[in-house]
Amino acid sequence: MQKVKQLIQYITSYIAQRRGPSRRPAGRRNNQSFFSVFLSSLKSDRLALIGVVLLVFFIFVGVFADSLAPHGPRDRHYHDEGGIKRLESPTWDHPFGTTDVGRDIFSQVILGTRTALIVGFLAAVLVTFVGTVVGIVSGYFGGMVDTVLMRIVDFFYAIPFIPFVIVLAAIMQPSLWNVILAVSMLSWRTVARIVRSQVLSISKRPYIKAAKVAGAGHLRIMFRYILPNVVPLVLLEMAFMVNWTIMAEASIAFLGFGDPRVTSWGQILHMNSVSGYSRVAWWWNVPPGVAIILLLVSIFFVARSLEAVVDPRLRKR
Amino acid sequence: MKKNSAGMHLTDSKRKPFVIGYIFRRLLIMVIMILLVSTMIFLLFRTMPGDPTASMVDPSIPQEARQALLERYGLHESLWTQYKIFMGDLLRFDFGTSYFYNRPVSRVIGDRLPATLILMLTAMLFAYIIGVFGGAWMAWKRGTRLESAGVAFSLVFRSAPTFWVGLMVIMLFAVRLGWFPAQGMRSTGYEGTTFGEIFLSLDFLRHLVLPALTAGLYFLATPTLIMRNSMLEVMSEDYIEMAHAKGLPERRVLYRHAARNALLPVVTAGALFVGAAIGGQVLIEVVFSWPGLGREIVQAVTRSDYPLAQGSFIILSTVVMVMNLIADVLYAFLDPRITY
Repeated sequence: MQKVKQLIQYITSYIAQRRGPSRRPAGRRNNQSFFSVFLSSLKSDRLALIGVVLLVFFIFVGVFADSLAPHGPRDRHYHDEGGIKRLESPTWDHPFGTTDVGRDIFSQVILGTRTALIVGFLAAVLVTFVGTVVGIVSGYFGGMVDTVLMRIVDFFYAIPFIPFVIVLAAIMQPSLWNVILAVSMLSWRTVARIVRSQVLSISKRPYIKAAKVAGAGHLRIMFRYILPNVVPLVLLEMAFMVNWTIMAEASIAFLGFGDPRVTSWGQILHMNSVSGYSRVAWWWNVPPGVAIILLLVSIFFVARSLEAVVDPRLRKR
Repeated sequence: MKKNSAGMHLTDSKRKPFVIGYIFRRLLIMVIMILLVSTMIFLLFRTMPGDPTASMVDPSIPQEARQALLERYGLHESLWTQYKIFMGDLLRFDFGTSYFYNRPVSRVIGDRLPATLILMLTAMLFAYIIGVFGGAWMAWKRGTRLESAGVAFSLVFRSAPTFWVGLMVIMLFAVRLGWFPAQGMRSTGYEGTTFGEIFLSLDFLRHLVLPALTAGLYFLATPTLIMRNSMLEVMSEDYIEMAHAKGLPERRVLYRHAARNALLPVVTAGALFVGAAIGGQVLIEVVFSWPGLGREIVQAVTRSDYPLAQGSFIILSTVVMVMNLIADVLYAFLDPRITY
């Protein structure tokens, strides 16, 4: 085992040397704080910068959605002569046009931003929390505990995600919370597996043994000594989970199993599809889709630079 | 992950018996998993809040008739008895009778499954061929504008919801340009009875193009990006430098020496990806009215046709597990360092 480690160390430092002076050997990064590395990588990585700017923009829109949206999502709009503004293409009054019952799509998309962010971040926090705890416990204790927990993870891997969420969403009352719950019930499996493999290697390190000898309790070792080392990895996984849950929520809402009282991007597309005008009213279905893509891509870009921080070998590639 | 390049081409036949043992063990685990998933879905449907019978038997019909129906479906028995019957039936591939179609669920699923599999496999083939070559090419072009464009392109399609891409594709290629049909699996009036007549006709292929394209674009990002990363790793190995030093043409080094060794992580990632692929598949089938299992499960849930929903769910998870198994076995064949 020792030999293998030495070999790996040798190879990584060899690669680091060959790729020029900008590369540090893995392990040295502990000297720098996680966020300072992240910030400095932002300066050099233009895609990451775009990602951060876009993400801040979306969060701004989400937080102030109520004041930014010019109309209520369900208000019907009428012409001066009294007729309903049905399926109107974009105008100054309605930048994204109107729906078949005269609702303002621009306002709906703005309010949908908030829903996407709430679902994405809440579910991601829940998933990351459960996954991290399971991963740390499993990797730290090993043996029987590890076997049992990993078999449970295997079981959850065998369940197809979207069909399960559909079934669950249909059995429970359609509400935003149930969607979050349904998504979270399956997604923690990935985080648990990734964190576990990291913890397996961390718990073999000398300072963990030293802590044990010094008489530190299990909880203390797990959450004071191991957890800080997996935080960058966990943050990265959380970024991916935000994307995953936003996409899942949109899918569920599109299929019509979402919360009917909450305006979301998926729901706008659902109404569009149900109305039967999805083939003509491009102003109705293009904006929510583009919004989803922009939000997810911005998170991807941020996550990519996070990844470079977590894994120094990826830098400057 | 460091690779021993010399070992890559040693696929000796001596290991074959172990492979069979390995597959057998994996099959056993798979059967256990299917039974567990079935148990879970059984409990989910039986313990849901409210009266589970209300959704299976119309509550507005007279009490006696309702009771008779409950007895006919065995819903008056205790949970444990129902479970025993359910599992017993499951072992005989009997998923009950669909309330909506009034036909055995296994028949309905049997009709739908080929359409789902054909669509999924076509899309995956498309995605993997383009992904592997595209990823290798992007790694070769590292640092250029073309590479950034490639990464951005893959990420955009990875982030675009499949159902939305489907809507856009329909609007563009089916409505505006009129190149391909937008819905279903065959034109109205076309009657095929045998498998060959249904799936091997030009009409079917024309219907397959748009859904397969949509699914393929969604699947594309994963193999492309993984292939790119693993190529970058492989390309810093000594034997690539050696190949260059020998004066081999670029193309030959790229595809014969580097790409072959970089394929491994792509295959593994493919295994984990199948689960997510099934989800995208469900949405694509709904958007394109593709008469597959994914659309069926959505409709079954909407119609409260619980036996059909249960059966489709169990079969879909079986499909995921079988695909995972295939990927694992493939991986074992590709990588000689794997021991069983």
